[in-house]
Amino acid sequence: MIEVAARAVEAALGAGAGDAEAYASSDTGREVRVHDGRVESLTAATQRGVGVRAWIGKQAGYAFGTDLSEAALSALAERAVANARVADEDEFAGPPDADREPAAAPALSDPSVAEWSADRLVELALAVERSGLETDSRVVAVEQAVYADSAERVAIASSRGVSGEYESSSCHAYLQALAEGEGGKETGLGFGLARGPVGLDPAAIGREGGERAASMIGAGKPQSHSCPVVLDATVAASFVSLLGSSLVATAVQRGRSPFAERLGEEIGAMALSVHDDGLDPAGFGSSPFDGEGTRRRRTAVIEAGRLLTFLFDTYTARRGGVASTGNAGRGGYRSQPSVSPSNLIVAPGALGFDALLAEAGEGVYVTDVAGLHSGVNPVTGVFSVGATGRMIRGGALAEPVREFTIAGDLVSTLKGIRAVGAEPRWVPFGGSVQTPPLLIGEMAISGS
Amino acid sequence: MSSPGGLLDTEVAERVLARALAAGGEFAEIFAERRGGLTMSIDESRVESVQAGNEEGAGVRVIGDGTAYFAHVDGLDPADLERAAAEAASALRGERREHRPLQATASTPQPIAQRPEDVPAERKAALLRELDERGRGAGGEIAQLTASYAEARRQIAIANSEGLLAADDRTRSRIGVQAVARRGDAVETGAETLGGHRGFELFDGDPGAIAEQAAGKALTLLDASPAPSGSMPVVVAGGFGGVLFHEMTGHGLEADHIQKDASVYVGKLDERVAQPLLNAYDDGRMPNEWGSDSIDDEGAPTQKTQVIEEGRLTSFLYDRLCAGRDDVASTGNGRRESFRHLPIPRMTNTYIAPGDATPEELIAEVKRGFYAASFAGGQVEPATGDFVFGVSEGYLIEDGKVTRPCRGATLVGNCLDALAAIDALGSDFEMKTGICGKGGQRVPVGTGQGHVRIAAMTVGGTEA
Repeated sequence: MIEVAARAVEAALGAGAGDAEAYASSDTGREVRVHDGRVESLTAATQRGVGVRAWIGKQAGYAFGTDLSEAALSALAERAVANARVADEDEFAGPPDADREPAAAPALSDPSVAEWSADRLVELALAVERSGLETDSRVVAVEQAVYADSAERVAIASSRGVSGEYESSSCHAYLQALAEGEGGKETGLGFGLARGPVGLDPAAIGREGGERAASMIGAGKPQSHSCPVVLDATVAASFVSLLGSSLVATAVQRGRSPFAERLGEEIGAMALSVHDDGLDPAGFGSSPFDGEGTRRRRTAVIEAGRLLTFLFDTYTARRGGVASTGNAGRGGYRSQPSVSPSNLIVAPGALGFDALLAEAGEGVYVTDVAGLHSGVNPVTGVFSVGATGRMIRGGALAEPVREFTIAGDLVSTLKGIRAVGAEPRWVPFGGSVQTPPLLIGEMAISGS
Repeated sequence: MSSPGGLLDTEVAERVLARALAAGGEFAEIFAERRGGLTMSIDESRVESVQAGNEEGAGVRVIGDGTAYFAHVDGLDPADLERAAAEAASALRGERREHRPLQATASTPQPIAQRPEDVPAERKAALLRELDERGRGAGGEIAQLTASYAEARRQIAIANSEGLLAADDRTRSRIGVQAVARRGDAVETGAETLGGHRGFELFDGDPGAIAEQAAGKALTLLDASPAPSGSMPVVVAGGFGGVLFHEMTGHGLEADHIQKDASVYVGKLDERVAQPLLNAYDDGRMPNEWGSDSIDDEGAPTQKTQVIEEGRLTSFLYDRLCAGRDDVASTGNGRRESFRHLPIPRMTNTYIAPGDATPEELIAEVKRGFYAASFAGGQVEPATGDFVFGVSEGYLIEDGKVTRPCRGATLVGNCLDALAAIDALGSDFEMKTGICGKGGQRVPVGTGQGHVRIAAMTVGGTEA
């Protein structure tokens, strides 16, 4: 792939670019979907492509394509240059220089992704489904159990001497279990992720989905009130993702972050420490270098509630007069780099789950939120989202509840964190986050 | 000979289908696609992120014994297609099956007056600058404005073992504006979009008006107070308000959910699910509408399907596979994001037909309630029927009149209860564009309605 990237850079320089950068990738992937003991679909995917950023002075343009032939690369390079001429000048535009320090090389590949046969993967997906069904007699079906993986090779080259390549693999399995009882059907999601299928525990994944579904049977609406709330790790991760998108320098510099003027201030409770770690071998956002070739690293973002830094790529770092934190994210060759967290990791606290419930006393344990993409104002951090979960009574889990909303704003929610749980978990939804459950001192619940 | 549009050579397609059925299977299909597009945006009054893309590839599907074996590749060379067919067939262990000779069927793509790729990129940049100026001109409190432009063309060809050879040529254009208004510590946002299955002629009228609308929403919200909480009557405005029906009912009617017993609409066919005033449709043929195509992504002609007739549930939405299981015809709802995805039942343009009340009449009958003028989006779990909508522009209704604006409201509820609680429909009507996600696939969908009143719904606000 590095040859493809290098050829694309040459083509762009030949087409009139002052500077150029190319990102090339190829990947293979498999997916198995099972339902009711049968294989619903079996997919084999191969993909490859290249994306070129071209700069003419202070103008930048981008083009991408799937055709890697000499003629197609030339046409693509010309398109990137033509696009640069349409863009307005931006004094901070320009490519990153090659890093002087060498990039670290986290282990990101597991051979089992390539080695496991389709039959073995089918068996894994079926085992997830079986485990979900066997969890509880009230689990009547599994809507779908899915296994999916991908193995990827990525290369970046630029006219400023950037040149690097790496391989990574990942896989995940999940199921949506259906339980039935008084009050109708309930669903429960169980999931697991790893670098390869050998790292997945199908029984545990199935059990989680089954237990979640069964525990919701008979759920009613809670009364509207304000109370302590324990956010399950998957829900906490959604809020941490939201926090992450407010801490990228693009949002800050363009006046679209509630934390824009808060650097160095306390933005969260003492219990809260968060770092961005692009090198953690267990994190799905890890890589030796970021989407524009800058080496990944570990950055302390919030320490004991205090905001230490925002996250930067080359453009925002130049504009902010600082160094890139290696946070140029990239959704593949089809998109140009933009600032995003790599893996956000919340430092665990001392309280195990039961102790967290005991600390909450009377409140709500939220296991799922819906509508985070539509119920949040990203500029102010004000949110109101749909939720499901369990009541907490006398410091222990009680009856299930649904069809209510939790509302507040991000800043007061972070400040309201009363305790951080001791058991962290990786959650891949809307970014890569590792977090324990969180206890928020008070949130507004709206039900009946 | 080749497919209409020339994407798929007939001889090559026949060879690939034969390869796909070499190890058995009842059905094989090639989905070939060429896609190209251009996007750009304006932020801080600077045109940036000018980006073009060209992709070509194909997906081959073989169905054997109820399992879909699917492989996709980048590239449309005969060797690429045969590679995909061999990969898809590799897990089958049966006897070779024959396919029927291909017969090209003609379909007429949605008409495009001005191909976006023939319009110089500078004019698109100028359009963004106009949006920026119009939006910022709407008021001194507009602090930030971003606008985006997107054009995309998808040329597709489908060949299957039953002899179908069909093609479509789809061009979509869309602009969107997000405005941020600021007054002291108060910060509010407003968004608006304009899109269609159309070319650059979409922008012939006054596209800049959407920038003023987006800015207007943000400015209005500066005066907003926190939304109330609790159960109350809700009036939903026309246009994107249709996302309510899309989430509340549309998803639950998709046949894959039904067949897995994972929808609250299971067993409700021909039953009364709404009050008699309600009629609703999924219509993939609406001329130049955002969710329209001439054929679906399995080659079935798109159609207008009445899903609710005078309150009774009259149809589910089918792709080919689900239709086969129920022994009915596909309703032309087999859609996929790209050649890299399997088709599944999806909505096209879904709407509630208008009623005969004026919007003012609907509101006049509400003593205390909530008026949802527009939504940021919504989400549903079809199996339980629980849904949620984020309200981007909302107001209080007091004594039959729309009064103060409210911020931060979310509507939650359950499909069957909320659908049955619709008790009045306005005579106005508007369609809006949306991007719908399901099973990891995003497709363009239209949503529409006039004003709709729901007798009771839970409003989740931030009011203390």
